[in-house]
Amino acid sequence: MNKNKSGQVVLNAPYLLWSVLFIIVPLIFVVYYAFTTADGQFTFENITTFFTSRDYMYVFCMSMLYALIATVICLLLSYPFAYCMSKTSASVQGMLMLLVMLPMLMNLVVRTYSWRQILERTGILNTFLESLGLPAVTFLGSAGTVIFGMVYNYLPFMILPIYSSISKVDKSLLEASSDLGCNVFGTIKRVILPLSIPGVLSGITMVFVPCVSTFYISRIFSEGRIVMIGDIIEEKFYRSGAPDYNIGATISLVLMLIIVISLAVVNNFSDNDEENSSGGIVI
Amino acid sequence: MKKYICIIIAVMLIVGLFVMSGFGNSNTEVDVENPEYYAEMAEKLKGTTLNVFNWGEYISDGSEGSLDVIGAFEKLTGIAVNYTTFDSNEAMYGKMQSESVSYDIIIPSDYMIDRMRSEGRLKEIDFSKIPNYKYIDEKYKGAYYDPDNKYSVPYSVGMVGLIYNQTVVTEAPDSWGIMWDEKYKDNILTFNNPRDAFAIAQFYMGIDINSENKADWDKAADKLREQNKILQGRVMDEVFDKMEGGNAAIAPYYAGDYLTMADVNPDLKFVYPKEGTNIFADSICIPSSSQNYEAALLFINFLLDPNVAVANANYICYATPNTAVLEHPDYDLAGNEFLYPENQDEIKTEYFHNLDPKIIKYFEELWQTIKIE
Repeated sequence: MNKNKSGQVVLNAPYLLWSVLFIIVPLIFVVYYAFTTADGQFTFENITTFFTSRDYMYVFCMSMLYALIATVICLLLSYPFAYCMSKTSASVQGMLMLLVMLPMLMNLVVRTYSWRQILERTGILNTFLESLGLPAVTFLGSAGTVIFGMVYNYLPFMILPIYSSISKVDKSLLEASSDLGCNVFGTIKRVILPLSIPGVLSGITMVFVPCVSTFYISRIFSEGRIVMIGDIIEEKFYRSGAPDYNIGATISLVLMLIIVISLAVVNNFSDNDEENSSGGIVI
Repeated sequence: MKKYICIIIAVMLIVGLFVMSGFGNSNTEVDVENPEYYAEMAEKLKGTTLNVFNWGEYISDGSEGSLDVIGAFEKLTGIAVNYTTFDSNEAMYGKMQSESVSYDIIIPSDYMIDRMRSEGRLKEIDFSKIPNYKYIDEKYKGAYYDPDNKYSVPYSVGMVGLIYNQTVVTEAPDSWGIMWDEKYKDNILTFNNPRDAFAIAQFYMGIDINSENKADWDKAADKLREQNKILQGRVMDEVFDKMEGGNAAIAPYYAGDYLTMADVNPDLKFVYPKEGTNIFADSICIPSSSQNYEAALLFINFLLDPNVAVANANYICYATPNTAVLEHPDYDLAGNEFLYPENQDEIKTEYFHNLDPKIIKYFEELWQTIKIE
């Protein structure tokens, strides 16, 4: 028993070390900067600055809204897809999985720039529309395109956990359900959906979190017209001629807290008695 | 069987890639002046490492048959070069502050040199070790950011101008005012960084771009706000695709980059507006944290060598402060009307100066508000 425990400690050590070095320590820095002035004095001023600034609050709310919309779209697209995918034969599943993952094998910058070529005013999509006699559309620069960019980039993070939880549903349960007179939709509603909730939740987490803090995609797709909270954080740390780590850290901290709270709420909603069902990562 | 075929094909592909990259091996042969000097210094410095921090795409890298400057230097001297790039002066400065690695060569712009010099972050350069300094044009010496020529060696210079597409803008403009012309609604681009975007409004309104007076920045901000509704977007390097593809018709950018765009789209024209424009000089400096000072001096001398400098000037496409390049038979851009305009003296130009952080913060906040509206 004892031996077992020490073995566990040894096995855990690399991960512990990793999380202390790269999660806890940076977090301490964030908190430190958020509550100090430029000369290292303790202060609440950064927090009040953030919450009283019309600009910050506006951008913050818009970022939450965009992320929410993107997450809902991802969910609506992913669930049916994941369900259908789980119904196909093993080889087709492997193939579909590859197709879902394929865009992620490319670098984010390359992907985003390629989409610019497609969406530009004289881009591939508009050339196609015009050849059909349809009017050209200005895609770049609009909120819709920014949301599209988020959906496109994070869709696999929604599909994969949902797919894994659906495909782990015991087949005998489905048979039982149809034996007892449920049609396909009844089975989906009463059996598959409840059992795949953990996958849905981890999908929501994995899409919503990066969406809220998106920065590069929004800048490129909106042509510098839409500012997200992630852009502001980047600017404060990296682009500014007078970098302000303190306010940058404050924004990051508030963002982090809001995300954690909102996810805790979401997770609580479905926190039924059993927690042990299958499905990706739930925080 | 199928499996083996797959593996064989994969191996062949990988080998093919390596072979191809081998064939594409860039040119690292260059005849330098005074090779004995490099040989003598190399004796001492062989095996050391030189950390170079430069703008992206700002050195001839061997693509398309050009000279691989870094490779050539390594081959000539046996000094290993660790080459990294940045995309803005601010990013460079931030990295210099936070990172533990010390750079030996950096190539910032004027106002950043001014700032780093005044903060004591630059080492004095020992010009006796840089015989090629004689090639630097006198008119680029003694600039405001280094009045005594102690800390910097000019590398590349340029000016911002107005690029326009003549199929849309039929009358040649001569003023920044066209960027506020409702006629070109949705066809106008501007810089996606506050200093450059503000500068255009400031030049147009006749305000000092280096003003330390907040009211001046407010006025320029109002002007920029007016632009919001007719602007297509705020871009940096995306401007190439935009202008080359005819997706936008008006954009301010650097003359050297205009040459690249005009190669692709001959409808693009360029003008230096009459109200004046921003001039920049990117210069080579040695940070005070440098660990390999001698090698840094040798590298600077190498960059100033006529054959090396001409490769860089051809690659970068900005104007060069190196007089030997201007007379070099291999220089493609000699006498180019945009890089070296004949009426150079009539064009009003202004360098960016290093501003009080309070002012920087102030206009960055204004900028943020403008963008959000």
